[in-house]
Amino acid sequence: MAEPAKFSTLAEAVASLVHDGDVVALEGFTHLIPFAAGHEIIRQGRRDLTLVRMTPDLVYDQLIGAGCAAKLVFSWGGNPGVGSLHRFRDAVEHDWPRPLELEEHSHAGMANRYVAGASGLPFAMLRGYSGTDLPGRTPNIKPVTCPFTGEVLAAVPALQPDVTIIHAQRADAAGNVQMWGITGVQKEAVLAARRSLVTVEEIVETLTPVPGQVVLPTWAVTAIAVVPGGAHPSYAHGYSERDNDYYVAWDAISRDRDAFERWLQEKVLAPVGGDR
Amino acid sequence: MSWSADEMMTVAAARQLHAGATCFVGIGLPSTAANLARATHAQGLVLVYESGCIGAKPSRLPLSIGDGVLADNADAVVSVPEVFNYWLQPGRIDVGFLGAAQLDRFANINTTVIGDTYDRPSVRLPGAGGAPEIAASCGEVIVIVRQTKRTFVETLDFVTSVGFGSGAGDRERLGLRGSGPRMVITDLGILQPDPQTCELTLTHLHPGKAVDDARDATGWQLAVSANVSTTEPPTDHELATLRSLEATKSGTDS
Repeated sequence: MAEPAKFSTLAEAVASLVHDGDVVALEGFTHLIPFAAGHEIIRQGRRDLTLVRMTPDLVYDQLIGAGCAAKLVFSWGGNPGVGSLHRFRDAVEHDWPRPLELEEHSHAGMANRYVAGASGLPFAMLRGYSGTDLPGRTPNIKPVTCPFTGEVLAAVPALQPDVTIIHAQRADAAGNVQMWGITGVQKEAVLAARRSLVTVEEIVETLTPVPGQVVLPTWAVTAIAVVPGGAHPSYAHGYSERDNDYYVAWDAISRDRDAFERWLQEKVLAPVGGDR
Repeated sequence: MSWSADEMMTVAAARQLHAGATCFVGIGLPSTAANLARATHAQGLVLVYESGCIGAKPSRLPLSIGDGVLADNADAVVSVPEVFNYWLQPGRIDVGFLGAAQLDRFANINTTVIGDTYDRPSVRLPGAGGAPEIAASCGEVIVIVRQTKRTFVETLDFVTSVGFGSGAGDRERLGLRGSGPRMVITDLGILQPDPQTCELTLTHLHPGKAVDDARDATGWQLAVSANVSTTEPPTDHELATLRSLEATKSGTDS
């Protein structure tokens, strides 16, 4: 963690930081989703990943469909406002293109797992899950008794990804990272991880303060790659709008295995630089 | 103006939200109804989205819970751990507004899987999201859902979020701090929990709907109030506002 952030290309960063079998978190809560990095992972043919993410969104639908994932740790796997993630469903319902193990939580549980990871604690507790069928399906949800009041709460173990990847608006020349707008759980996800990669819209000389900003100091980040538009079809507040038409169009592409394979070939595997 | 069953449902739901209340809003029908309330009778309604937008004032309907328009004029934009830990968990939010894929007579909700087995479901649904803790911790919950036999089932395939569990007293036993579902609003009418048993009871029918329509769309023996009221039809102002809101949504709703 004490080494200065290194600037590199996206391809170099993914090659050095993401390995087969790793626990990988791509975070970004609707906003700032690191799509370009996800596509690079597909291009480099990573396999047997445990993918971690609160809202798998299209980016994990694509990674799952491309056969990169052995397991998914998540709390909400849909296409927001549109419907299903069909590659995710096909993997769960029909093992295509390979079986997908699930570890399922609520948002509050996942968010607290990252908080525990960032805090260097073994677990987090919350008032949650009570009366639901989730603890019966997810061994990583257990009861814990408050030593002061005796109240029984839910405990969930810390998340410590091998690598967390996020997208941010910008970094300065020293490698300090700045993001704003909806910043989700990205700070916690980066601090919880052993290694981290941040793709940014641009590098600037100095970071002008922005209301609501989150700044990650350079020494808390492993690598930075400049990838303008790297969150598309998600967005970067101040740089781009969410491409809602793309989210709607994904429904038809992802429903059909052949249509998905064509999309994968044309938009991710064939072009250098990915789907932008 | 004539109206669709979905429009009646959305208007009926919007009417339940009042200025000054804080409302934790799910995406889809709940978000449409909450924004309709803010655009008509409840301009001071505080909309809270799980993306961390508190006091969101979207100028157009968002497609997701994280569209930029929700952050633009929000009173505060906080992290996701903060929105759940500091704002939802301590009971600061008055109303939780949820949808459902399956719902039972005690307003328990399934949004996880349809089918006999979890490991090999016939339909894999999105999952829990924020719903379990919204259902547990908000002061009260309103559910908005289209009423069919597939949705209103005798037994849930999976309990994702708790309404009244297996009946009166269960929320207290489970340590759930909010008072639970106050109302289930459908395209046919409105159901409310019986004050003694907590079982959902048909209390309102929308104009043109009959008790048998509701019975036929329910997978259990539906309890019906002795005095079923008829919902006030949508006013021209409500309909015009709803339609102009819908026209602002980018992409298209499924």
